[in-house]
Amino acid sequence: MSTSDKNVREITFAEAVREALAEEMRRDPTVFIIGEDVAEAGTPFKVLSGLVQEFGKNRVINTPISEAGFTGLAVGAAMTGMRPVVDIMFGDFLTLVMDQLVNQAAKVHYMSGGKLKVPMVMRTTMGATRRSGAQHSQSLHVWPSHIPGLKVALPSTPYDAKGLMKTAIRDDNPVVIVEDKMMFKMKGEVPTEEYTIPFGVADIKRPGRDITIVATSSMVQVALGAAKILEEDGISAEVIDPRTTFPLDKTTLIESAKKTSRAIVVDEGYERYGVTAELASVIADGAFYYLDAPVKRMGAMDVPVPFSPVLEDLTVPTEQSVAKMARYLCGKE
Amino acid sequence: MSTKTKIDEKSQMPKMVLDVEQWLHMYRQMVRIRAFEEKVNELYLNAIMPGLAHLSIGQEAVAVGVCEALNHDDYITSNHRGHGHCLAKGGSVDKMFAELLGKEAGYCRGKGGSMHIANPDSGNLGANAIVGGSAGIATGAAFSAQRRNTQQVAVCFFGEGSLGEGLLYEVMNMAQLWKLPIIYVCENNLYNEYTPYEEATAGELTDRPKAFGIHVEEVYGQDVTLVYETTKQLVERARHGEGPAFLLCNTYRYHGHHVGDIDRVYYRSKDEELEWRTKHDPIQTLTEKIIKVGMIKQDQLEKIQAEAKQEIESGAEFAINAPYPDLSEVDQNVYF
Repeated sequence: MSTSDKNVREITFAEAVREALAEEMRRDPTVFIIGEDVAEAGTPFKVLSGLVQEFGKNRVINTPISEAGFTGLAVGAAMTGMRPVVDIMFGDFLTLVMDQLVNQAAKVHYMSGGKLKVPMVMRTTMGATRRSGAQHSQSLHVWPSHIPGLKVALPSTPYDAKGLMKTAIRDDNPVVIVEDKMMFKMKGEVPTEEYTIPFGVADIKRPGRDITIVATSSMVQVALGAAKILEEDGISAEVIDPRTTFPLDKTTLIESAKKTSRAIVVDEGYERYGVTAELASVIADGAFYYLDAPVKRMGAMDVPVPFSPVLEDLTVPTEQSVAKMARYLCGKE
Repeated sequence: MSTKTKIDEKSQMPKMVLDVEQWLHMYRQMVRIRAFEEKVNELYLNAIMPGLAHLSIGQEAVAVGVCEALNHDDYITSNHRGHGHCLAKGGSVDKMFAELLGKEAGYCRGKGGSMHIANPDSGNLGANAIVGGSAGIATGAAFSAQRRNTQQVAVCFFGEGSLGEGLLYEVMNMAQLWKLPIIYVCENNLYNEYTPYEEATAGELTDRPKAFGIHVEEVYGQDVTLVYETTKQLVERARHGEGPAFLLCNTYRYHGHHVGDIDRVYYRSKDEELEWRTKHDPIQTLTEKIIKVGMIKQDQLEKIQAEAKQEIESGAEFAINAPYPDLSEVDQNVYF
């Protein structure tokens, strides 16, 4: 895809999400959005601005500040013929909805022996460095990734944000989509024609030969930045975005690591017991005999996210820290 | 008996005379539930049934009276003490027993168990083992019915212990804001597991839904005709867009919290249990009403009892002889 293609334009990540929602709501009258300040306010991030004007307050539904309540309500609506998109403003508020998400939404299909289904999407956010403090900055996408019955998508570009959202809405399972709130204004190429992106298919964001950098969400941009730095050092880095933590495209990760013989996994969740642990284990297991170095993990520092900018910036991987780790693995540091 | 529980039978006479066939149907349903639960107790004590068993003996009139007022396609959600709700909403005995024994022929292919039976074909969206956990689902089903304009109503069955859970208040607030067709049926059997509800509940139970402006009714839950008549009015309200209601049914569970809860004197007296069993038994209460009307003879009721017993025995027999799921089932139905 290139901008010379007249069917492609540049739009922001937020616009891509909004387009996906609008297209799916036009296509399917059972789709509705529910959450705090989703209607006239369009969320604090303005991702949903304009949708209430087109679809009305019956389909873009403002709720009380009751995350567990409206999530539970959405589960029941999904079980009885509707397709809710639940908006959880900050990913940190996943703490408030875990029973409804984990004990109800994720298990209904299995516990009913396949008779009931929960085609629900939960949109929420992740990402630090917004100076929002410890309760509005976490990246907790590993929690739903841990639960059988849930699917989890982590878009890293406007193109992926749109395609993954449309797939999520059409999926008959509960899907959690976690968007990095620092990326909403990021621009990228998105076709005007309709498309969806299948779950469980990783995307090679940048081909390379010497080292594999597997990165998710915001860390994809960090990894691409690191790859540019590495290029100057004569290291060719391949950047792979799994796009969904479940289902997970293990094959693409393993094949890339087999090719390059070295791998780093970068994710903005806490490093301890995090997404990076799972992905690194997949690579270590699948590419063991091809590896020239241990698989390295880089996640958020294991501290509550601090407020002070100088401290907060220390807690997440950066282009420089990822490049440094890559040089080390390649024996050039 | 709890001093807080209002039981004033004489002031709550049925406002409408039910036809005899309906009384007999409700009688049959209550007898089926009791026989089912007694069989569950037997299967459990003989180590034929695995897991946990929470019996609803004593509370039959609530399940039957409420479900009698519902249409086949109306929704219910249930709780851990949910066998009665499932049967009253049209569940079949053989598939329920099969589920309780973890057999493939069960309602959920043996993957749900006693606390998770769902039978969507009869509107039963499932029992739930998280206290108050189905309040969101029931409210969502009512929301869905309203938005899809289907005229269905939803009933959320829960015990008074659920009043300790915040989810219930979050969804009751939304139900009243949006005039959702839902009835919150609170079965106050006086005990939050092993704790008298009064030790866990500040203020009056009914003040809580009233705080949201939700229409509240309170009934003597041992008289199935009262439960039915009251529910019927609430269902009509809900179906006509008049919004949610909260129905408090004062009732009693004869057995412990679960089958293993044998020694109960530390939280309730044997005298109290005896009083409920002898003076407030829902089947006996209806029997007396039926006999008083004079059109039905005792032997007709005995025939119903014998039929129920037979149905339960053959249902249990079916389940005992039914095969377990194939081992390949273990990772089926995780995802659609």
